[in-house]
Amino acid sequence: MASTLLSLASATPSASLSFHEINKGKLNLGCINKEKPNPFIKAKSFGRVSMVVASNVSHFEGITMAPPDPILGVSEAFKADDHELKLNLGVGAYRTEELQPYVLDVVKKVNKLLLEKGENLEYLPIEGLAAFNKVTAELLFGADNPVIKQQRVATVQGLSGTGSLRLAAALIERYFPGAKVLISSPTWGNHKNIFNDARVPWSEYRYYDPKTVGLDFEGMIADIKAAPEGSFILLHGCAHNPTGIDPTPEQWGVIADVIQEKNHIPFFDIAYQGFASGSLDTDAASVRMFVARGMEVIAAQSYSKNLGLYAERIGAINVVCSSPEAAARVKSQLKRIARPMYSNPPVHGARIVANIVGDSALFKEWNAEMEMMAGRIKNVRHKLFDSLSSKDKSGKDWSFVLKQIGMFSFTGLNKAQCDNMTNKWHVYMTKDGRISLAGLSLAKCEYLADAIIDSYHNVS
Amino acid sequence: MEDEPHHCFSFLPTFLPLHILIYTPNPVLPEHSRTKSAAVFFHILTMIISRFLRRGILTSTSPTRRRSWWDHVTPALKDPINAVTDAFLADPCPYKINLGVGAYRDDKGKPVVLQRVREAEGKIGATNFLESTSTAISSKLVEESAKLIYREDSDVIKERRFIGIPALSGTSACCIFAEFQKRFYPDSTIYFPDPTWSSHRNIWGDAHVPGRTFHYYHPDSKGLNFVALIDDVKNAPDGSFFLLHPCAHNPTGVDPTDEQWREISSLFKVKNHFPFFDVAYQGFASGDVERDAQAIRIFLEDGHSIGCAQSFAKNLGLYGHRVGCLSILYNDKIQAVVIKSQLKQISNTMYGSPPIHSISLVSKILSNPNIKALWLKEVKVMATRIQIMRATLREALERLRSPLNWQHITNQVRMFCFSGLTPAEVDQLAKEFRIYMTHDGRISMAGVTTKNVDYVARAIHEVTASDRDTKILHNIGAYKVNTDICSTSLGTNKTRARGMNLAL
Repeated sequence: MASTLLSLASATPSASLSFHEINKGKLNLGCINKEKPNPFIKAKSFGRVSMVVASNVSHFEGITMAPPDPILGVSEAFKADDHELKLNLGVGAYRTEELQPYVLDVVKKVNKLLLEKGENLEYLPIEGLAAFNKVTAELLFGADNPVIKQQRVATVQGLSGTGSLRLAAALIERYFPGAKVLISSPTWGNHKNIFNDARVPWSEYRYYDPKTVGLDFEGMIADIKAAPEGSFILLHGCAHNPTGIDPTPEQWGVIADVIQEKNHIPFFDIAYQGFASGSLDTDAASVRMFVARGMEVIAAQSYSKNLGLYAERIGAINVVCSSPEAAARVKSQLKRIARPMYSNPPVHGARIVANIVGDSALFKEWNAEMEMMAGRIKNVRHKLFDSLSSKDKSGKDWSFVLKQIGMFSFTGLNKAQCDNMTNKWHVYMTKDGRISLAGLSLAKCEYLADAIIDSYHNVS
Repeated sequence: MEDEPHHCFSFLPTFLPLHILIYTPNPVLPEHSRTKSAAVFFHILTMIISRFLRRGILTSTSPTRRRSWWDHVTPALKDPINAVTDAFLADPCPYKINLGVGAYRDDKGKPVVLQRVREAEGKIGATNFLESTSTAISSKLVEESAKLIYREDSDVIKERRFIGIPALSGTSACCIFAEFQKRFYPDSTIYFPDPTWSSHRNIWGDAHVPGRTFHYYHPDSKGLNFVALIDDVKNAPDGSFFLLHPCAHNPTGVDPTDEQWREISSLFKVKNHFPFFDVAYQGFASGDVERDAQAIRIFLEDGHSIGCAQSFAKNLGLYGHRVGCLSILYNDKIQAVVIKSQLKQISNTMYGSPPIHSISLVSKILSNPNIKALWLKEVKVMATRIQIMRATLREALERLRSPLNWQHITNQVRMFCFSGLTPAEVDQLAKEFRIYMTHDGRISMAGVTTKNVDYVARAIHEVTASDRDTKILHNIGAYKVNTDICSTSLGTNKTRARGMNLAL
């Protein structure tokens, strides 16, 4: 319990700090005068109940404010700004060149199709839509993969990446009590919160090297080696969030070696399959490499970015086991975990994905649109790199912009420099130096380059 | 690699039980050299067998030939309600009937998508969902849900003393509240009515909030055990959390009267208990959404600050879309922001937010007064059909001269009927008559149609045949048991069914 509290306290940002405080007996009584004891929090020791007090005082006086989400906070600040040159490079949702949200054509088509079909709205089974589960596993591992053919994958539909990660976290908590999850430093903000709320301890492995603005490969390997045997290693399958820095295929091989050697279990979070390089197969290469080695693997998928289905909450959790019998047992336990959380998953997003992937014409169209989206990001990267290289006379190497992949780029700017970006240039980004290239248009690359050069050289 | 115990967990299931038997000093086993040699022999045999077993478990395409990480994962118990559906689906019999899951069916036994829902689907068809509109639509959903349950002209709504978040139907609303309760009242427990919906225990259990029960259902009267209920509420420690079904109690269908609710509410005030309402059937119990929210209105009159989990699965027929609302009432605005931030934080690590498609559908229907009025009519149609089926089933059983008292079928409300059938009788219904229901004897009335009601009545009458001898006859006067059906030669099950003059 103490170690859990410690890891809760060290997480950023987490509401669990208030939980910690209450446990230690310190109560933030909110609007109530601190002198007046709250009969609800300490009901046992007081033992007195007054009807007058009861009707005026809430049961929840002692609750403190949860910290605001840092990413959404950026969007809010952006909205409040009315400068004409403002740029929102905060949240990771794809935008067109005109910086408008984009609903994929295939999704529009399928929505129309579903409307015409007029299917019923009955409950899905707890594990989700069977047609969806089939195509999602095939998409990730490849339809011909032996693990699929031998039915060694337990697949359960989840509420996008978040929900799928949560199911896996709950499974870890239940069946590997005390086992740690190793998370990259840095990583997506919600990872830590998910494991905290699932009561799974975590620690970090080195990942980002600010000196090279690249991967700290030696640090990563050393930390994975040093972790207690049987740890879960959380890996970003492609397009690492927030850095955009991915290991090379050779480096993936070494990572797999170390994980096998230390008897760890690889846990992939694949939120950008197809979106990173434009190719579904290329982006799944890391996962497939591990699976090909016969390793048991956990993999969480999301269709938020690659199908633009952010708001429909569609994803899946896959657990590759060494036997179909183990896969069946694991699947049954994932269902047992999901049932009290939400009974069964929502049907609409699952139907959209199943219809697109299950129809060869629509699937081709989807691939084309994905290439287009990934292509736009790549073009923007090139333009930004060109602008930076031509405008910056200091000789600084900006090539990391090209080497990084996916929606995000870690600029290497520190907090003060990021503040300058916002305050002086009205460029909104997260304080860790991350910019979302999805929110950048070709037209604004030069302006952004100016902002970055100014912040990098003139602010420390 | 196989021989080295890399991971202790996977070793245990194979070896442990036998090791305990052989190696721990067992007071029962005699200290005898023959027994010891037998023990050694069996130990060696065990090792040989388990080695073969493990080889069989690992597939030949696993190059590392390691034990699986998941060896110690046992198969989960099947969800009792889904198990019924599974059994039903697996049955090839053409005249099978599913009285298990609580999803509405029309008189042809078909699932229903409400007209309002189809229209709303058409409207939201190709809408671009911006992040900003997402927030607006979510807020609208919470507002409309609150109006529905707390009443539009209530003080709570006028003063906006509620805070809420959209949830994945009722389950997730309960789940988020359970986590919220654990977070801020870590030592608290939750009181459930006995019985309650099968998932409630696991929802609070998984949040590590221990569950207790209070008396509710009286198996003899098949009604409410009000005296014991009041006693339990009195005896619970002050400031306890209670889960209440405001209408159409699941699984019994037994609801307190308004008077009884008033008494419960006053006692709650004295004891300072926290009432959490699970509202899954508003509109479905009586056909009138206002009537069905009466219990909550009574609590609000008494000044309680309650919590509510609302589901739109049944009354809007949005089962698969997973949409509902969790709301909590508060006393001051600072609290509101604080509570909301915590609820959002909890839901952000579970699923983020419910699908925008689902939220939009509900928001569209509830926020337009004309559409809402039409929707309320559709709800009445559904509720009325259920009421008619209840009456028809009861009449059919009484016509069969069943000596047992079936009043509870019409006394109870809404989709379910707690029939009073025993697990053995439920099994018999499935095996011999292909009628499926949960083991607690809960009948989903939505599965009863004008076509099958007679068959269902006769089947129930048949399996309760033995009850006639052992149970006390509730009805006044002696009834001649109609043995015509039962006395025919009953060879196969098919014959039996045919003998009952099926009209399916």
